[in-house]
This record gives sequence, C-alpha cells and structure tokens, in this order.
Amino acid sequence: MCLGIPGEVIELLPDQPDLARVDVSGVRRVINIGLLADDPPVPGEWVLIHVGFALSKIDEAEAGAALQFLEGIGQAYADELEALAESRIE
Amino acid sequence: MKFVDEFRDADTAHALAAKIAALCEPGRQYKLMEVCGGHTHTIYKHGLEDYLPESVTLVHGPGCPVCVIPMGRVDDAMALASEPDVIMTSFGDMMRVPGSNGSFFDAKAAGTDIRMVYSPLDSLKIARKNPDKRVVFMAIGFETTAPSTAMTIMRAAQESLQNFSVFCNHVTIIPAIKAILDSPDLRLDGFIGPGHVSTVIGCRPYEFIARDYGKPVVTAGFEPLDILQSIYMLLLQLSEGRSEVENQYSRVVPWDGNPTALKVIGETMQLRPYFEWRGLGFISHSALSVREKYAQFDAELLFHVPGVRVADPKACQCGEVLKGVLKPWECKVFGTACTPETPIGTCMVSPEGACAAYYNYGRMNRHRVKEAVTIQVGRP
Repeated sequence: MCLGIPGEVIELLPDQPDLARVDVSGVRRVINIGLLADDPPVPGEWVLIHVGFALSKIDEAEAGAALQFLEGIGQAYADELEALAESRIE
Repeated sequence: MKFVDEFRDADTAHALAAKIAALCEPGRQYKLMEVCGGHTHTIYKHGLEDYLPESVTLVHGPGCPVCVIPMGRVDDAMALASEPDVIMTSFGDMMRVPGSNGSFFDAKAAGTDIRMVYSPLDSLKIARKNPDKRVVFMAIGFETTAPSTAMTIMRAAQESLQNFSVFCNHVTIIPAIKAILDSPDLRLDGFIGPGHVSTVIGCRPYEFIARDYGKPVVTAGFEPLDILQSIYMLLLQLSEGRSEVENQYSRVVPWDGNPTALKVIGETMQLRPYFEWRGLGFISHSALSVREKYAQFDAELLFHVPGVRVADPKACQCGEVLKGVLKPWECKVFGTACTPETPIGTCMVSPEGACAAYYNYGRMNRHRVKEAVTIQVGRP
C-alpha cells in the first residue's frame, strides 16, 4: 500500500481528463492523475503511483531503478501488482 | 547467495562505507533514525548495517502506517464492518492486523463482508454497484495515501453518492517525529527522512528538526545506495557541526512537495485534537478526520464507533520497536510466538514493519554477510 510503483502513461482517457491508462510491469490499468493537475503527464512519461493515484512524475531512468528495487523486494511487490491487476478504476 | 547477487553496487557501497567511516569521530556513537518503513525494508534486505562502522546505529522509526494503528481502532473497524448491510473495504496490508477479536481476514472467513481493494476508487466503484449496501473504506496511511482518500471523497461528493463513507485513520508524520524527539528514552543524532511522504509534504516541514532540535535531516530514496549516501550526508553535517534539511532524493521529491495533494487534504480533512498511536500513545494533532463539509462521507458520524481503548497484548513490544528503543530481535516473542504467519504485533504484519523485515531478511549472520559481499566484489 505504501509502495510507490512506477508506471508508464499509455493514454489519457478522452472523456475523463483525470484518468490515464498506465503500464506497470506489463499490467495495464487505469489510474487517477488528478494530483498532477498542475503539470499533467502525457503518454510516454512515467509516474509514481500510490493506491491508484499518480503522486509524482519521474524520468525513465528513475522508473527503471525503482522497478529494479521493487522486483528485488519480492512478495510485497507481487502482492501490490496482484492488487493492481484486480483494480478497475473508472 | 541470492542476497548478494541482487546488490549489484556492492563495490560502490563499500566506497561509500569507507567515506562514512572516515567521518566518524573516534569514541563517538551515532544514532540515526530512518523514519520510513520502506527504508527499514531496504536496510535489512541488503544488510546495510554491516557496511557501517560499529559506532553508527540505525534506529527504526514509526513510519509504517499499518504498524502504528492501535488495537482499539482495529476493533472499531470490525464493529463498523459487522453493522447491517455494510461492505467494509480495505487495503491488503490491513487485512492481517490483529484486533482483540482477530483480524479482517478472520472476520471475512466468518462471513463478514470485507473486501480487499487496491485503491479507494475501487471502493467507490463497489458503492456504485451496490446501492442497497453501505460501503465503508478503511482509510489508513500517512500523507502518501491521504490525498487519494481526499480525492475519492471529493469524487463521491461530485457524484452525490449516498452509500459511501470513509473510516478515517490517516496520520501525519511530523507530530510523530516530534514525539520521538521529545521522548526521554532516545537520543538521536539525525534523521533519514521519508521518501514518498516527502513527495507530498516536501522538505520544509522538517526544518524545525534542524532549527529547534539541532539535528540534521536528509530525505532519502529507497535503494541501498540512496540510504548509504544519506547516512554519509548526515555524518558530513555532523562532522561540520551543521544541522540542515537536505534532499538526497531530489530526483523524485520536490522541495515544496505536491501542492495539489496538500490542497485536497486540506479541503476534505482536518487535524484531530489527538490520536492514539500504537507504541507512542496519544499524540496531539497527529491524525486527520473528515471535515464537516463532507460529514455525509464520515463513517464515524454515520455509524456507532465503540472507541474503546485496548491495550496491546502484554507479550508484544511493538511500542518499543516503533520508538526505536528495542531492535526487533530484542522483543521477547520475536520469531517464536510472533512470526509473519501468526503475528501478535503490527510490526510483524506489514512488509514495512521492522520485525517482518528483519524476520524475512535478517537470518543471515553478519559475519557471513560480510564474507559473501567480499567474494562478490572480488569477482571479475
């Protein structure tokens, strides 16, 4: 829950400006980007996601490093990804 | 040897360790607290304490949101969950936290409708789909998760949802740090500041620690080298007689945090006069409740909440562990009666809890870790 997980923005949902589809380690889900309203991410950019909300933008190198760290954590990240896969934000 | 293979930068780490050792004054002991449970996890996983001179001790702080939830609050949540037509929704981390009558998992097994969600927005969706039920979201966490709850409350208000509410247990990190600073039990020399909490609150709120208490703070990232770098930065400040707030994690943490996130927290939530923390007791202005403007989404107003204070099990020493007074393995029940499979205390439940982290990674003895790292570094 407290883990910030990096996701790549794939697309912004056309009819819901607060929502974006992201790719997190191959899992594609919708998240809320309303907390980045001052500087909204565009497709191809990376964000750090907490419980379905993008909390900050990060660059690709940082995303890679963060993913490596999370994959090293093992079970906690697996649980987080599993929970994300169950998520259906709309 | 899995442990060592994962730590690719062991040679860089040794170089940093040498710089750290060079800064230590002979005969002086250094106690540095890592506030965040994510940092505790990294420290144990990579055996970072073994890179440090004997005179540097890392003290694990209270920054594990599941760990600091007092037992009475878990019981309150259970009482809410068992009200008629209620669907309780919760993050997975919370499911195994024991109350005085078992955990959410136990209650779920006994037939109570408790569902695990990834996001409060998933909880909102359950509410939309079940208009005849009352859906409660068990909100926990520091400033990292509070904005998400805040945004969800605002969304529920926009949609005029009638059957969604939040049982608000959000806590704020600064008063907890202040309580530790004011505690006579512990003399600390500096703080490794939390990473992701700081993406929301920024670095300014830590300035009082440097200014009023004369202790350096370095906000740190989560990788092993981030933490070693931060320890180096803390010791450099100490050796130069400085106490400042520095940001080692500037690639993610803006100095002023996330203003939008702070704004939505302020819009929907207010500080409680006081709140009980496991191990730390009651701390003034240390938690958030739902603002009156959003009262229709406040589970504490919609339901009867018993609010009975429950003492921790006698054998459990989570309180001392959360304050950094005890190391996990110094607790009487650590690894015997209390394990991640059958936790007695919260510190053993969450992967960010100091006890769970130590239990999962700390079994390799220090001598062997050092040996293994040396072998790894020596490889071509």
